[in-house]
Amino acid sequence: MTMDSIALSRQMLDGDKMIVNMGPSHPTTHGTLRIVLELEGETITKATPEMGYLHRGVEKLGESLSYQQFIPLTDRLNYCSAIMNNVGYTTAVEKLMDIQIPKRAAHIRVLMSELSRVADHIVCVGVNAVDIGAFTAFLYLFKQRETAYDLFEMASGQRLHTSFTRIGGLFRDIPEGFVPLAERFLVECSEAIDELERLLTKNPIWHDRTKGIGVISAEDAVNWGYTGPSLRAAGVPQDLRKAQPYLGYETYDFDIPVGTTGDVFDRYLVRVEEMRQSLRIIRQVLDRLEPGPVMVDDPKVALPPKEKVYTRMESLIHHFKLIMHGMEMPVGEVYSATEAANGELGFYIVSDGGKNPYRIRVRPPCLPIFSSFESQVKGGLIADAVAVLGAMNIIAGELDR
Amino acid sequence: MIIEHIDAQLPGTVTDRHAFRGDQTIVIAKENLLAVVELLYREGFQLLVDITAVDWPERPNAQGAEGAGRFDVVYHWLNLASQERLRVKVPVAEGESVPSLTGTFKTADWFEREVFDMFGIRFDGHPDLRRLLTWPDFPGHALRKDFPLDGGDVFCMEGCTAPYNNGERGERS
Amino acid sequence: MDTQALPDNVLTTQLKKVVNWARRNSLWPMPFATACCGIELMATASSRYDLARFGAEAMRFSPRQSDMMLILGTITNKMAPVLRTIYAQMAEPKWVISVGVCASSGGMYRTYATLQGVDRVIPVDVYVPGCPPRPESMIYGVMKLQEKIERESLSMRKDHIARFYESLARQEALQAEKGLTSQQAIREMLMDAGERGVGTIF
Repeated sequence: MTMDSIALSRQMLDGDKMIVNMGPSHPTTHGTLRIVLELEGETITKATPEMGYLHRGVEKLGESLSYQQFIPLTDRLNYCSAIMNNVGYTTAVEKLMDIQIPKRAAHIRVLMSELSRVADHIVCVGVNAVDIGAFTAFLYLFKQRETAYDLFEMASGQRLHTSFTRIGGLFRDIPEGFVPLAERFLVECSEAIDELERLLTKNPIWHDRTKGIGVISAEDAVNWGYTGPSLRAAGVPQDLRKAQPYLGYETYDFDIPVGTTGDVFDRYLVRVEEMRQSLRIIRQVLDRLEPGPVMVDDPKVALPPKEKVYTRMESLIHHFKLIMHGMEMPVGEVYSATEAANGELGFYIVSDGGKNPYRIRVRPPCLPIFSSFESQVKGGLIADAVAVLGAMNIIAGELDR
Repeated sequence: MIIEHIDAQLPGTVTDRHAFRGDQTIVIAKENLLAVVELLYREGFQLLVDITAVDWPERPNAQGAEGAGRFDVVYHWLNLASQERLRVKVPVAEGESVPSLTGTFKTADWFEREVFDMFGIRFDGHPDLRRLLTWPDFPGHALRKDFPLDGGDVFCMEGCTAPYNNGERGERS
Repeated sequence: MDTQALPDNVLTTQLKKVVNWARRNSLWPMPFATACCGIELMATASSRYDLARFGAEAMRFSPRQSDMMLILGTITNKMAPVLRTIYAQMAEPKWVISVGVCASSGGMYRTYATLQGVDRVIPVDVYVPGCPPRPESMIYGVMKLQEKIERESLSMRKDHIARFYESLARQEALQAEKGLTSQQAIREMLMDAGERGVGTIF
């Protein structure tokens, strides 16, 4: 059976040009992207990306769910770093409601965000290396990623889709035994990153495959709407954690790695250095963790503790009101952005004062990055397209929503 | 700050403004969009963060061309030098189109395609205005408020035990 | 020679056992990874959980080299024709594991864009619940499939898949006759099936 697309490609076939249909089921697309490449020999003359193969209607679904109910959907946007999506969304709703979360909740949010940033970069760097042909780094790193997932599981009960945050704080406090394991993770992960660097950073094959591939200038990167590691690799020191601090990031001591050429190698270096900086932040959080509440003390926002719901009338009523009628939301619109692993993850929420958001928009960091794919690979070799795609770190769940 | 500047340079363009929770918002008519964008670009608002739209079918003058139309096209800009953000809203009635920003911002390309896909708002001057997320023969525009969540489409829902759309099939245009 | 000496069907029964033993211990998975469950498959296949213990580690990204399809993640309406194509291209005999609620039933995405369960367009053998399932559950799903293979007769799989090929032929005829895209053809078939009160098109 021939797919319509292949039949279409045959029509387009003329002379020396060859059409290669990459995806939507292709091992290097990490999900469901489709790129129709037009080749002359091995040189790409045209690349037409097509997306939407994982469009699940999250924004539409959000309009029929209450503010709290949307949190599990945010997990499934960028499933490599679910907690950062949770944090981004709840930060946006908290901005809309104008509430301050307790100190401990903010600390734990930072801790979990940085952990998932490390996990996300591990997937990106490891899988990018696998696509290019270096398998070992993947195995070294994935051992550490399992430890990070153990930590997520300890805290939230789920490995991948944590739904750890709630509007006004956290679902629960981190359990006993979390901090020692996190300390161990800090040591082991930093060793694994050293090992990774020994494997790749000075490896001539890695250099040949990544240097000068996907070069982008700072102006172009801004014009294409790049954010996150890809923008920083192009030489723009834009990091929302420093530029527009949230959750008290201004109190932590960390650096922003910046590249020069924006090519795949620079993106790799930026990601590796970011992992180290994240570990630095985690170290600082662990040092300043103090006991305290992790949820705001406001019956209009926070669910009462379960024991009280069973024993006190008032708490039962609060519980019922919150679950059935939702929170009282002001009328207005906010845009709140956080620095996710791929870049600026924005949530634009329009509230009409009802139980559900009137409109909820997710600004995915990888959509603008992916839209520049053609300009990045045109004139290059087909093997380099894979390297560029991997370094862009496209997550289909977030791209298509 | 930037709003005062726009007011001084292009008097009368800003028809409405508000700052809710620190988010500066201005509303401008679509005729003035390109002029304002040019000014913004010169003033350093060079990162076009996002383009989206909001559907307000119950606005009093949703159908009319005067003043506020049915949709708001919402732009978010970020000034990388001063870290200032600005939201620009452009009301547009059903069937009307908005000038495309692809000439100034390359990133507008896919964002505008997405808005076209989800809301059916057309952008004048867009080089390749096709659907982005859904498929070419998708019936309707998904994020409009009158589009049912399940699509009203048998393809999606037949055979499910729960009733959809009160048991009636939606229109497939 | 006295043919009565050998009881009926002893040989075939034994052949079935041998063949099924070989089949169930050398499954070559084709990961159709669309979303989050694909990330968990990485964990399942790598060192800690090690799918290789069950003879199913030889991941092949080409459908023509594999006989077990793992559907990992949401299948949208846009993806449905691709899924059918890839299933049709796989080597026979073939089995399908639907991993996660999105693939099994549409899961939490009850929306206009999502296919409400892949079993509407291709036959599924084992469903693994979870969002996403833990690597242990995925391994359990593979083990369940192995049990299922053990009990199969040699011709059963063929009959099972014949229905799918018949529906594929119907889809192609529909496409040729009315000039539809594969997606439109599948949609028509699903609508037709819905009117007859059936959930599947094969």
